[in-house]
Amino acid sequence: MRLSGQVLRSHGPAIGLLAALVLAWELVVRALEVPVYLVPAPTRIARAAYEVRAVLPAHVRTTLTEALAGLAVAAVSGVALAALMASVPFLRRGLYPLLVLSQNVPLVVIAPLIVIWFGFGILPKVLVVAVVGFFPIAVNTVEGLLAADGGMIDLVRSMGGGRWQVLRLVRLPAALPAFFSGLKISATYAVLGAVIGEWVGASSGLGLFITRAQASFRTDRVFVAVLIIAGISIALFALAELLARVVMPWRYTRASTE
Amino acid sequence: MSTSPAAISVSGLTHTFEGEHTVAALRDVTLEVPRGAFASLIGRSGCGKSTLLRVLAGLVTPTSGEARIDGKAVGGRLGHAAYMPQQDTLLPWRRAMGNAVLALELQGMPRDECERLARPLLERFGLGEFVRAWPSELSGGMRQRLALARTFLARGPLILDEPFGALDALTRQEMQLWLQEVWSAAPVEERRAVLLVTHDIDEALLLSDVVHVMSDRPGRIVARIEVPLARPRTIADVTTGEFAALKAAVLRALGRGTG
Ligand SMILES: Nc1ncnc2c1ncn2[C@@H]1O[C@H](COP(=O)(O)OP(=O)(O)O)[C@@H](O)[C@H]1O
Ligand SMILES: [Mg+2]
Repeated sequence: MRLSGQVLRSHGPAIGLLAALVLAWELVVRALEVPVYLVPAPTRIARAAYEVRAVLPAHVRTTLTEALAGLAVAAVSGVALAALMASVPFLRRGLYPLLVLSQNVPLVVIAPLIVIWFGFGILPKVLVVAVVGFFPIAVNTVEGLLAADGGMIDLVRSMGGGRWQVLRLVRLPAALPAFFSGLKISATYAVLGAVIGEWVGASSGLGLFITRAQASFRTDRVFVAVLIIAGISIALFALAELLARVVMPWRYTRASTE
Repeated sequence: MSTSPAAISVSGLTHTFEGEHTVAALRDVTLEVPRGAFASLIGRSGCGKSTLLRVLAGLVTPTSGEARIDGKAVGGRLGHAAYMPQQDTLLPWRRAMGNAVLALELQGMPRDECERLARPLLERFGLGEFVRAWPSELSGGMRQRLALARTFLARGPLILDEPFGALDALTRQEMQLWLQEVWSAAPVEERRAVLLVTHDIDEALLLSDVVHVMSDRPGRIVARIEVPLARPRTIADVTTGEFAALKAAVLRALGRGTG
């Protein structure tokens, strides 16, 4: 009971506002008699969701698999590159600008290229997600590794610890909060990456579902997919948050000042 | 005296930080801490005390001169002195036990053996019930005791950089008496040598056999004052005439080291 009270207090305003918006949407669409292929009413979207309930789970499964696999690739490669950049100043100076530059190539340009290079299977979608998620993780983790406390590093060195031990005992744990900040951003964009990959060409997934719905002017179904994408994104974000709590229990103790 | 080498011996040590601003931190520092002795190094803020300890820890290679630990030249070798840095350096991501055994673990000791060794010490330091606590869950005094336990479990003479500097006056006094107690609990021939850096004269006199007084930057040793008070010392000792005379001697030496 107390927990639901807390949830209500912290999320109550957002839920209330959302409910009001949905209600207003329904009323405006009905009052103005907006054609359903332009903007379907919320009730219409709900009916569309019910119609496609049999085919949706397979598409969701595909997209979710791509998003999770892509996130995993982004996390592993982002941390590896961050560790390299943090320990070799020459690489840091060389790679940092390139990394920033790479973010200026639009995804809609990269995605078709990746599909051309890697075919129509699940791999190119995973790679698109990884490309999107890589940057926030790498950049945040580098900053985290470099911001590690000099006193703690000196302490480990004074006990005879070498570079590797400093990395393992101080730099990596010190970078965890920054890593998870990056992971949360990447998790938010992961589904988007997967859908764009599918939109270029796929045999399953929410991107494909949207393409088909658009081709047949089923705007209500497009909205269904959009809502599901938003839901999955929120779930992935929550998962990253949960993971942070499991991996960094010291950040969430009673007396912790942060 | 036996022929065994001093625990800490520093001779003609000079250090200048090069860089944007050249800072002469230490000039021709010579001092010795015999085995099993408790020595203090006292001086104003910024006079070079921490730098001297960092040289002893092997973290700073001095411009010239020599530092020896147990007769062996430090020369940038790490892992030979039990160093407690001035800042709070408990690792937030390790529980109390994990922090305490850090040095043992770095020496390659298996974790369960580390813990077997650390447990009685943590009990003695009043942390027996808190081995599973995160540092953020401990009070200021407990954190300092944990940092000291970690230092006691490292190899070599203890070099402590203002261990009680961040504590309130009452807790600090408690901790000073407590440190004396845990240090002198061991039989005389097994006591660890200590070099304690402080800017608190009472603390230096209460705990030490000898107080070394350092001048303002660049730090030189301007006086070596023996403290012949009987142990164990109590807070009552601080108010005696003998203590006041020693305090005056330290203040005079600090005055000579100014400007
Ligand atoms: N890494 C460094 N580079 C340049 N100057 C330093 C460095 N470390 C300390 N100093 C300077 O050396 C002097 C002595 O510092 P320190 O040994 O920390 O003094 P204390 O511990 O006695 O307060 C100070 O003026 C300080 O600013
Ligand atoms: Mg200092």
